[in-house]
Amino acid sequence: MKKFLAILHARNMEFIRDTSSLGWNILFPLLLVVGFAVVFTGEPKALFKVGVLGDASILKGADREFFDTRHVQFIAVNDEKKAIDKVEHFQLDMVVDIRQGSRYWINENAPNGYVLERVMRGAGGSHYERITVQGREIRYVDWVVPGILAMNMMFSCLFGVGYVIVRYRKNGFLKRLKATPLNPFEFLLAQMASRLILIQAITVAVYAGCNYFIHFQMRGSYGNLFLISLAGAVCLISLGLLVSARLASEELAGGLLNLLTWPMMLLSGVWFSLEGVNPAVQKIAQFLPLTHLVDGARAIMTEGAGLADIAPHLLVLGIMSAVFLSIGSLIFKWE
Amino acid sequence: MAPIIEITNLVKTYPGVRAVDGVNLAIEQGICFGLLGPNGAGKTTLIEIVEGVQKPDSGGTLYKNHPVGARFRKEAGIQFQVTSLQEFLTVRETVRLFRDLYPRTLDIDEVIRLCNLEEILGRDTRKLSGGQRQRLLLALALINDPELLFLDEPTTGLDPQARRNFWDLISMIRSKGKTIVLTTHYMDEAYALCDEIAIMDKGRIIAKGTPEQLLKDHFNDVVLQFPDESVKEKLDGLNLCVSAKAGQCEIRTHDVDGTIRLLLDHGVSLSRMNVRSWSLEDLFIALTGKHLRS
Repeated sequence: MKKFLAILHARNMEFIRDTSSLGWNILFPLLLVVGFAVVFTGEPKALFKVGVLGDASILKGADREFFDTRHVQFIAVNDEKKAIDKVEHFQLDMVVDIRQGSRYWINENAPNGYVLERVMRGAGGSHYERITVQGREIRYVDWVVPGILAMNMMFSCLFGVGYVIVRYRKNGFLKRLKATPLNPFEFLLAQMASRLILIQAITVAVYAGCNYFIHFQMRGSYGNLFLISLAGAVCLISLGLLVSARLASEELAGGLLNLLTWPMMLLSGVWFSLEGVNPAVQKIAQFLPLTHLVDGARAIMTEGAGLADIAPHLLVLGIMSAVFLSIGSLIFKWE
Repeated sequence: MAPIIEITNLVKTYPGVRAVDGVNLAIEQGICFGLLGPNGAGKTTLIEIVEGVQKPDSGGTLYKNHPVGARFRKEAGIQFQVTSLQEFLTVRETVRLFRDLYPRTLDIDEVIRLCNLEEILGRDTRKLSGGQRQRLLLALALINDPELLFLDEPTTGLDPQARRNFWDLISMIRSKGKTIVLTTHYMDEAYALCDEIAIMDKGRIIAKGTPEQLLKDHFNDVVLQFPDESVKEKLDGLNLCVSAKAGQCEIRTHDVDGTIRLLLDHGVSLSRMNVRSWSLEDLFIALTGKHLRS
């Protein structure tokens, strides 16, 4: 335990005193979140989105009039509950149910819903039953912030662990440690714990700092959010350890880490939803740890998902961590 | 007394190079043992195999009659030829870090005093001079109060004053009964510090013994040295072993008195003559045909 604590403390000191690196770890996500808040603040696009429960193509005559309205996008939806949820959060302006009876849901606070309702009544829909819901708009910044924080964790975990261990190996520091009673497990555990503590602290600080100005929507529990971020960080650090298990070239390590981070950044749903993209891409995304971290965190923040809802993500992250760590410690070389 | 280190038929090859080529060696407890050889002789590879840092292709090493293992790592202190340290730590924090890696250690202040680190305790380890850095690395090697201390070319790159100071430190450590294994390519260093030396070339031990015994075994004459090549012309036809090179004329002789009389008879002035003994450098040249630092 003494050896573990010694390495943990030394690595923490190195990280905290490397002010340029520490500054970047904090500044990078801050700039991204603030940047997005600025860019995406303002009027939403003037396009109406209506979710349709049932097949609108079979409607004829006056019943069909509303569904032929131009500049309104009609989207077929199957899950009534999810569709209504989207109306609550301004992701859909209206949901129309034409399966049995005729009903529609609008958000009382949504200007688009008000306009659409008037359009519908004048276009053959005056007999529809009106159901109102309430809810706050999910801004893009609310939607994107879990992704940005998770992406920052990914960079910090992969490069902060993987790259640093390769540097230690290249400059002979690992060789020096090998000549002491320290064993690889103690060393790797200390590296992992150090990064875990620091990245969690940084993420909490950045979240709190941004939240003070931007007021993110948070529908779930902070405990669950912390849990999923912890599982994600462990998984990403394990991946970093795996990459660095044998390499002694910083250039090669940098290349490999970029090879891992870029696909994750693009395919894990950090910037845009993967709904509707190529199914093959969606399948690939399920093998990326960042996808599970982002999806889990986003579900908690924007949908109020509970522990049971995020359990599959936690399970996948746990399995991935165990696989990465096992292989990493098996093939680890001091030199 | 049983040797503290016993090396048996050790072999290590790299592509195209047999770095250690069947080395057998025993190092007695309590001595300063010097391993000499030019760059690329295989000294560092041999020592790192003994330290357990590298694996040999064949052969083995015993520490106190047991294979090198956990006990060795607790009881040995190692100063590598090239070592980087954890960045952004001060000298004191670095010493403390290594102290916490061992179950039994010296008092941190004692090590600091022993290695003269008092004045640089708060300094970032990246901002140390060559001599200060070597003293810190020595402190790290001593922190576990080792019975066996490995120093791999500890004074390479130091200025003469720093080297002398380092020698004093090593002498003091030796006086405490520690076994020291020192690799170096400085002959004066080996001569000043080592009780026993082994000379290594092309992966093999080519000579082993005390410095005095090795010189005695290989040289039983002395050299009369003149800083003037023209002396050689005056000695033509005499039965002397004379060589001239680089502005110097040297005469090897077993009979100094007789040779001096002969020189005076032939009008050679002795006013600038120098009588010198053979050095370990000469021994190495005689054994391998090349200079130690070549």
